[in-house]
Amino acid sequence: MPSAIRRRSPEELLQQVQAEEAYERRGRLKVFLGYASGVGKSFRMLDEGRRRRERGQDVVVGAIQPKTTPEIEALLSKLEVIPLRQVDGVYVMDAPAILKRRPGVCLVDGLAYDNPPGSKHASRWEDVNDLLDAGISVVTSVNIQYIDDLRERVQRITGKHVTQTVPRSFLNSADEIVVVDAPPETAIAGDTQAGPRVAGPEQKLSELREIALLLAADVVDRQLEGYLQRNGIPQTFGAQERILVAITPRANAAPMIASGKRNADRFHGDLIVVYVRQAEISADDQQALEQNLAIARAAQAKIEILDGQDPIETLLKYAHEHRITQIFVGHSTREQWWERFTGTPLDRLIRGANDIDVRVFPH
Amino acid sequence: MPDRPPRGKLQIFLGYAAGVGKTYQMLEEAQKAKREGVDVVIGYFEPHGRKDTIAKTEGIEMVPRRAIDYRGSIFEEMDTDAILRRRPQLCVVDEFPHTNVPGSERLKRWQDVQILLDAGINVLTTMNIQHLESLNDQVWSITGIRVRETIPDWVLQQADQVVMVDLTPRALLNRLARGVVYSQEKAQKALENFFQESTLVVLRELALRQTAHEVEIRQVDYDAPGFEPEPGYHDEAEQSPANAERILILVTADPTTAMLIRRGKRVADYLHADCFAVAVSREIDLHDMAPRDREMVERHLNFARNLHIETRILQGEDVAKMLVEFAHLNGVTHLFLARPHPSQWPALSRRSLVQQVVHLARDMQVTIVADPSNRQQPQPV
Repeated sequence: MPSAIRRRSPEELLQQVQAEEAYERRGRLKVFLGYASGVGKSFRMLDEGRRRRERGQDVVVGAIQPKTTPEIEALLSKLEVIPLRQVDGVYVMDAPAILKRRPGVCLVDGLAYDNPPGSKHASRWEDVNDLLDAGISVVTSVNIQYIDDLRERVQRITGKHVTQTVPRSFLNSADEIVVVDAPPETAIAGDTQAGPRVAGPEQKLSELREIALLLAADVVDRQLEGYLQRNGIPQTFGAQERILVAITPRANAAPMIASGKRNADRFHGDLIVVYVRQAEISADDQQALEQNLAIARAAQAKIEILDGQDPIETLLKYAHEHRITQIFVGHSTREQWWERFTGTPLDRLIRGANDIDVRVFPH
Repeated sequence: MPDRPPRGKLQIFLGYAAGVGKTYQMLEEAQKAKREGVDVVIGYFEPHGRKDTIAKTEGIEMVPRRAIDYRGSIFEEMDTDAILRRRPQLCVVDEFPHTNVPGSERLKRWQDVQILLDAGINVLTTMNIQHLESLNDQVWSITGIRVRETIPDWVLQQADQVVMVDLTPRALLNRLARGVVYSQEKAQKALENFFQESTLVVLRELALRQTAHEVEIRQVDYDAPGFEPEPGYHDEAEQSPANAERILILVTADPTTAMLIRRGKRVADYLHADCFAVAVSREIDLHDMAPRDREMVERHLNFARNLHIETRILQGEDVAKMLVEFAHLNGVTHLFLARPHPSQWPALSRRSLVQQVVHLARDMQVTIVADPSNRQQPQPV
């Protein structure tokens, strides 16, 4: 059984303490995420640098895009800039100079830039990682088209191929992530950047915008989960819809899973298909169960097989621990496996679910 | 009579708490428009004593507010008539969900904004996610606060643009601690309840997801030439009208009905389904009910209509039978019922309303909606 809070071994505790100490020494990473060039990522990043400097933090600019606007020039004039180095005609962030200068905060535009061959690291985000390791906090900006697991999707929309990437895991490790949102007109009007960019109808920009917002929501959700676990808060509420489809061998699972998938897609939520193992089922039932699980796999649902004395209690425990918002359950007149228990089982489920929607599929 | 002007465009700056920078960003947009030669006025602005924000109003004409006397005190509201007379191209209106003081022409500021839009004036406005009607119960369970000033979802859906104003909770908490958002005393109080990090994180995620949804539903309206849906993507339920989902909500006198209506409507909106609400009574004018119950049912039906849900009163004795009959006749695919009160859990021998409906519904889905007020005290199974 999965459990939200469990006792840790001494080894695990030691590991945790060491991880926490390493985290304390490391600089903080803040990422401004944009869906296209021209939405104002660089401006937001530099403006944050200006405000931090005004509050007394030691801020330097480590890297900025080659082309700028008057607004960005105005901000740059108020900040200390560590010039880019030129290597074979390519501008590179001067990481050694920054490490030597040792500021409190370093602003790094264009996280996804590639370094020229022969550099210490192939990509700028790896240099940023070094700065963080040295205890320097970094505020940076990145366009979703460079996030490795989104690259293909973005490419299908824009038709443009990019080679540079930033791993999703690096983004997930950020302490803070901010989405720089703007209507598509702004992205078109404000585009000053020379690099790969999005051009074309509003529809495309709008799709990219949606991807950026959902990516930020996912990162935020992951952070929330971590926060709740660290603080031992068994919270069931969440901002994301999580749909649990409870199946049995004889359940008419296809319509339930299809509906679950449709709802999960529409809400950009999770779909989980759960089977609570029943003792001693017949060969026919086993086959029926396999078929239902195959349907779940085809729908790309997460599948969980749980063990428990009381199926309803087991389902509810799982649902509450995993912040489920909707339980889908079949109700057949033929097959009443729950009638082994006292009370009316559907009522028991509804009563126990209490802060979760229960959707009944009569069949 | 001159032709009606085309309706003004509405842009909403959506945030998740006071102090994330909605007003600041809205004014920045207004300044940009002014630089481009647009005739801009400020219809309503709430300075909250924030210096940076006040500086952003510089050079933009403000239409003086209207003073309204209410019980011996003077309140100031947006002067909608004065703005209509001034007839700007673009009007800045802070705090979209605001409730006007009694004696104002309209109950809500968002209704004033509708008047401006009808007159062909473009509007920029601000709101927080917790003011969206369909999220009211979720917000309550997250924050413990029942938000009274709400915006019906259809008003948000009608906006031409919804823009997320994002700031991390940590940065917001820093701002709060530095006294940028509220005075120190008020900030302390805010930190103790509403402004807890986990609360802010959830509200922020809600705002991000809502904005993504608003962006997505607007894509359907685009007729960009050459746009091809993703290969392999097809939504059968949507392609064929025969398969379209229809949601029916049962309205009763029970106070949880409001929650049920919000949830049903939200699911309907996400599934692009039609949504109806019905009450069942022996008398079509509800006069068989106790006056208190009748008042509650009428209030709930009215609430549903305000959310643009079609309502009906069904005349009959047997609630489950009437409901399911109506559903079958009208091609309903999905029923929404309230969670029964613990006092209403039936004896073993009797069927609950839920069971009766499930038994009759056959080819329909039946959802029993969560009651977040139960969240803190999980019931024994």
